[in-house]
Amino acid sequence: MSTADPPRVPHGSGAPAGPPRAACLPARAGVGLKPEHFRQIVDHWPDLGFFEVHAENYMVDGGPFHHYLTRIRERYPLSLHGVGLSIGGATALDRAHLDRLAALIERYAPQAFSEHLAWASHGEVFTNDLLPLPYTPQTLQRVCEHIDQVQTRLKRRMLLENPATYVEFTASTMAETEFLGEVLQRSGCGLLLDVNNVYVSCINHNRDPHAYLGALPLAAVGEIHLAGFARQHDAAGAPLLIDSHGAPVAQAVWQLYEHALDRVGPVATLLERDNDIPAFAVLFAEAGHAERLLGAHRAQELVA
Amino acid sequence: MNGQQQFFRALLDPGQPPPAGLSTWNDSDPAVRFAVYRNNVLVSLIDALADTYPVTQQLVGDAFFRAMARLFVSAEPPRSPVLAFYGESFPDFIERFPPASSVPYLADVARLEMLRVRAYHAADADALPADAIAQALDDPDSLPELRLGFHPSLGLLRSPYAVVSLWAAHQGGADISTVDPLVAESALVIRPALDVAVMRLVPRASDFVAHLLHGESLGSSVEKASDGDADLDLTDILGLLIREQAITSIERSRKVHQ
Repeated sequence: MSTADPPRVPHGSGAPAGPPRAACLPARAGVGLKPEHFRQIVDHWPDLGFFEVHAENYMVDGGPFHHYLTRIRERYPLSLHGVGLSIGGATALDRAHLDRLAALIERYAPQAFSEHLAWASHGEVFTNDLLPLPYTPQTLQRVCEHIDQVQTRLKRRMLLENPATYVEFTASTMAETEFLGEVLQRSGCGLLLDVNNVYVSCINHNRDPHAYLGALPLAAVGEIHLAGFARQHDAAGAPLLIDSHGAPVAQAVWQLYEHALDRVGPVATLLERDNDIPAFAVLFAEAGHAERLLGAHRAQELVA
Repeated sequence: MNGQQQFFRALLDPGQPPPAGLSTWNDSDPAVRFAVYRNNVLVSLIDALADTYPVTQQLVGDAFFRAMARLFVSAEPPRSPVLAFYGESFPDFIERFPPASSVPYLADVARLEMLRVRAYHAADADALPADAIAQALDDPDSLPELRLGFHPSLGLLRSPYAVVSLWAAHQGGADISTVDPLVAESALVIRPALDVAVMRLVPRASDFVAHLLHGESLGSSVEKASDGDADLDLTDILGLLIREQAITSIERSRKVHQ
């Protein structure tokens, strides 16, 4: 997979991160762009590596969302993250939705486009959730076909995010890591490594997160996601972690992130927060923590 | 893929058992884990409605609103991954929802809130400069034949209830106990730049704007909005439309109105 790796952009020293039209995201920390923070961002232009938006939120004709994203895009690299394509869906991809994605990519020229190994729609109904699929030769074939269709229509390589799941399927014949490895190899797409999802899924299915990470095709990682989870319990009282995006990143996930950086090297890292959104300063401080860890790994790379 | 269909059906119907073929590492009942997905779907969609309809929620309280929204989500789940306008038919649902009948104006307040969301995300457009409008309106002979084009964000709601006053009372302004809900009001909603404005129109002015929005000429709209001795205050409503940057084009139409 190394031939398909994007070139890494060297880290710039000053803020804001430049050059915005670079071919890929800088190996720095970024945050999810939230309407609550629009004005503060354009008033202060915080020193961040990039912003990420959910593509579906910007599929509107005009207004403040486009106004602020346009201004912010002039100064920062952008990651476009889809939540509605339903790549793992049993039914055909929504062509109108692909067209909308293509239009957004044309308009904002994001450095990365990513989607999930999950399904979200069935027939015409959109569930607004990322739902799990069994890992079989049949689902592998379909996911690869869908990714081919996406990459052909969007004329670019996409990143596929590893899922957070709460159930598994008796029908599965492959491990998730093996499935992801096959998808990446066959489709040529990259990996969006969601470290929180790794942790959540491993706890939920009693696996070793380090072994899971080690089994992934880490050379293809184009971006990392970090987020917080909520704690519940299953019917037997075992921990059941929920990928809530509504809390600070847990200590265990920060540790797993450092381990991932050891394996992957410094790579663009997003702090995701979609629920109970705090003041911008709180997200900025979390991004600062990721930035320091990235800085330490950059320094290691320079020494090595 | 039958499995996904089964998963999907069980997801939206809490009366159904979880789909067959789920497994858990510790052989615990998968129903508890499957319930996480059910909850995610329901809660995220109810939250989407709560974001769009905050005043509707305040008028009936969180518990009532969320119970009503839950029924709506089950009956009319989204048909698109673009959720900005999800719940466009929620006001109609409210109108038909018997437990909400004690708050007769609730559906119209919800309609006003959806108009605000529509205006917020509407296409951008430049208004005609005020002097260009003044010039176009200057010739009394051609005046009746003029047709106005409006900003894409402009919306109009005519209600038998005090829909603007009720909404405004929840914006930290007036005391809601001073609002008589049974006074008919009309709302003009527009977003000339970044902020959505909501204005109260007198019935004649809203009739006039409604005719203009249907593409009728100025003359025809004035005529239809006037009735006997109670004339439309044309200067007042045109002044408001100019001030709010609502007019984006003026056509001198040769089409003779009926």
